[in-house]
Amino acid sequence: MRKTLLICAAALVSFSANAWAQEAEEPVAPYVQSDANAGAQPITDPAVLAAFNGREGIQRISNRTIELALADPQLGPIFQPFDMVRLRRTLNEHFCYLLGGGCTYTGRDMRTSHADMGVQTRDFNLLVRHLRTAMVEEGVPYRMQNRFLAVLAPMHPDVVQR
Amino acid sequence: MVWGGKLPLTRGVTSIEGGTGGGLSTWALIGGNETEDGIGASAFYTAIPLSDYDFSAYGAAVGLYNRVEFSYAHQEFDTGSTGALLGIGEGFTFEQDIFGAKLRVFGDALYDQDSWLPQVAVGVQYKQAEHGALISALGGEDDSGFDVYVSATKIFLNQSLVVNVTVRATEANQFGLLGFGGDQESGHTAQIELSGAYMITDRLLVGAEYRTRPNNLGFAEEDDGYDVFVGYAVTDNLSLVAGYVDLGSIATFDDQNGAYLSLQVGF
Repeated sequence: MRKTLLICAAALVSFSANAWAQEAEEPVAPYVQSDANAGAQPITDPAVLAAFNGREGIQRISNRTIELALADPQLGPIFQPFDMVRLRRTLNEHFCYLLGGGCTYTGRDMRTSHADMGVQTRDFNLLVRHLRTAMVEEGVPYRMQNRFLAVLAPMHPDVVQR
Repeated sequence: MVWGGKLPLTRGVTSIEGGTGGGLSTWALIGGNETEDGIGASAFYTAIPLSDYDFSAYGAAVGLYNRVEFSYAHQEFDTGSTGALLGIGEGFTFEQDIFGAKLRVFGDALYDQDSWLPQVAVGVQYKQAEHGALISALGGEDDSGFDVYVSATKIFLNQSLVVNVTVRATEANQFGLLGFGGDQESGHTAQIELSGAYMITDRLLVGAEYRTRPNNLGFAEEDDGYDVFVGYAVTDNLSLVAGYVDLGSIATFDDQNGAYLSLQVGF
């Protein structure tokens, strides 16, 4: 009986430690939170949000984009050193805010958040390809994909290292 | 040095004159799959079987850092059985070489989506035609000449559209195959090339082009040309273009139209 309890307790501790490891974000240098950090005004056309299947669809697309990027032999090593828990959250917020999903963007601006990544145009375009794949899997029509990419494209100079 | 990196279709396709463009017209895009961090290249073959002639072209281009493009094209204009009717012999083939250089001056057709500013490039094409003696007999002034042009290309992602406008100063007769300048008009005149395409997917687009042309030779009228096309990026390295082209009257034979078929490889 006592043995069983111990195992249960150990399992609980290990479960919560595991949960903590999955949820916790590494600290970042303090910065002022603002939707302006998103780098663009949100799309207000509700047809675009509907085409992305709302907040749930956006969440699937942002998670899938990161998943594809991590598996990419070129992009994976660029993403690996960064805090994936935080990236998953902020990328989803970013997409959700820009697509008019009503989210607040709490991440840093594009220039600051990409400052140490060493991203080149080829990498930027690779991420666009993975985002395309994720949007296709979600069933987002091409012209609606392009509406979103039109908002993201001007961030190129801030994301890419000069 | 970074190899490749451009998104599908954003290197354009190769025009019949060897530089990056649509089919008939030259665009401001720089050829090759390279970004500003690398070097790229492309090669093409285009066939236009017209009503009474067979036009074909092949060539290659090098893109440097998405900034400069050098291109070469060889054009052949096979008169086939029409040659006999023209009195120059069956299968007589007009030919020319085109050496091109293009510089992207400012703007980015793809990334500058928050502005109306297009990607703008300037370029020059030096053309050397064969059969100089026949060209002068037909009223042509020279068997070589050059075109200079300014191109503006913009991808409107919000509308899924690609638009290009090119203004070209040229004295070429039938692109230069029938020489440069003529008994009717000598010297460069300003001509315009308009292209529009709708992106169905990131690899498939449909479009149309219109190109005005000089009318320098007294013996035969030269008309504006137009085409409608479908472009498909089969892979990042292989693109196919199929369409319909109408070049009007060529060397007294009217209504020269036919299929436009082009294959391009690039890296």
